[in-house]
Amino acid sequence: MKITNSDQDLVAVVEELSGQNLYACFQCGKCSASCPFTDEMDELPNQVIRRVQIGDKRILSSRSPWVCASCLSCEVECPKGNDIPAIMEAIREINLRRNVDETDLNKLDTDGLPEIALVSNFRKKTG
Amino acid sequence: MYYPGCSLKDTAIGFEESAMYASEQLGIHLKELERWNCCGTVYSLATDNLMKQVAPIRNLVHAQEEGYDTLYTLCSMCDNTEKRANRLVQNDSEKLDKINSFMDLEEDYRVEVTVRHYLELLRDELGWEKVSKPVQSPLDDLKVAPYYGCMLTRPKEIGLDDPHNPTVLDDLITSLGATPVDYPYHSECCGSYNTVENQEIVLKQAAKISEGADTAGADLLITSCPLCHYNLDTRQREYAQQNPSHKPVPILYITQLMAVAYGNPDVCRFEEHAIDPSNTIPIKTKALNKR
Repeated sequence: MKITNSDQDLVAVVEELSGQNLYACFQCGKCSASCPFTDEMDELPNQVIRRVQIGDKRILSSRSPWVCASCLSCEVECPKGNDIPAIMEAIREINLRRNVDETDLNKLDTDGLPEIALVSNFRKKTG
Repeated sequence: MYYPGCSLKDTAIGFEESAMYASEQLGIHLKELERWNCCGTVYSLATDNLMKQVAPIRNLVHAQEEGYDTLYTLCSMCDNTEKRANRLVQNDSEKLDKINSFMDLEEDYRVEVTVRHYLELLRDELGWEKVSKPVQSPLDDLKVAPYYGCMLTRPKEIGLDDPHNPTVLDDLITSLGATPVDYPYHSECCGSYNTVENQEIVLKQAAKISEGADTAGADLLITSCPLCHYNLDTRQREYAQQNPSHKPVPILYITQLMAVAYGNPDVCRFEEHAIDPSNTIPIKTKALNKR
């Protein structure tokens, strides 16, 4: 895969937003092995990191960062000490900062939901 | 100095009331922070947006203004968010300065407040022997699954116990006379806020966690997180309605189990639970008799 300057920008932006070293990842896959939600993801957590490493911007439209609930199962397993949920958050933030909310308030049925669920959902899925 | 957080005043009122009761029995007075706000529920992971750190830091400033050096929490999510925001400004004075100047409150935050979870108070300050003392109705035959979830033990830097082999809830269960059961999902995420837009994930997790506990022989499961409680209680009932063979496992807050053992289940508000614990807990209470 050809890596252009603009592709390199993706790594730089994700590293800046997450505070993590993307190139520290050597694809051992422990994050994906420990993630309880991989069934729901279109890219495994280690694949998300790999796509950022190679500057593949298609990762920005992946479902995986929205499924990730920052439960930190992966974070306690990463042998390189990377905070993978922070990398997922960086990808969410890149989308949210384009003024595109993941949650559509007009379609949301909040009936019966506790405030703790709604507030956390809005903190993660709206800009 | 006690920080309740929003849920403890609403959906998790039974958590607060049972905690107040249990604390009285232990000679602890939980004095509520006079001025507090929502902590934000989830810790912000983006390095450049300090706006989302203002809410948790404001609570610490208020504790400091009211003259306290420790802020005790009950809710796992509040505990996690407050501790991580506190740690961020402990390690980064530039960010602390920015947050202080943005908040423009009466006082700057001096980073002198420690955040502790109620379980740390029980384990480290009181000790399990003292937690056992007020027990009136030993829970001899009760098998209890400890559910740690995510926020009590992760990340390791602020976790109150080992993220892989935590024991604090097991020790609480033992000190109340019940038997803790080991099962594979004690630290697996319930699905968290996916319950808002992706209920299927949470239904699956609620089924997996409760079935895991049931298979290991548990009569009920305890948690200290109001969001886990909602997901495991309400979503588990939904799952049970769709799957009649599922055996519902009641979900109790840690302090509800304490109140039951201390002989006063009436403070627990079990009538508000989706899955009725009355058949599991062998004590007839006023609240349950009203049904």
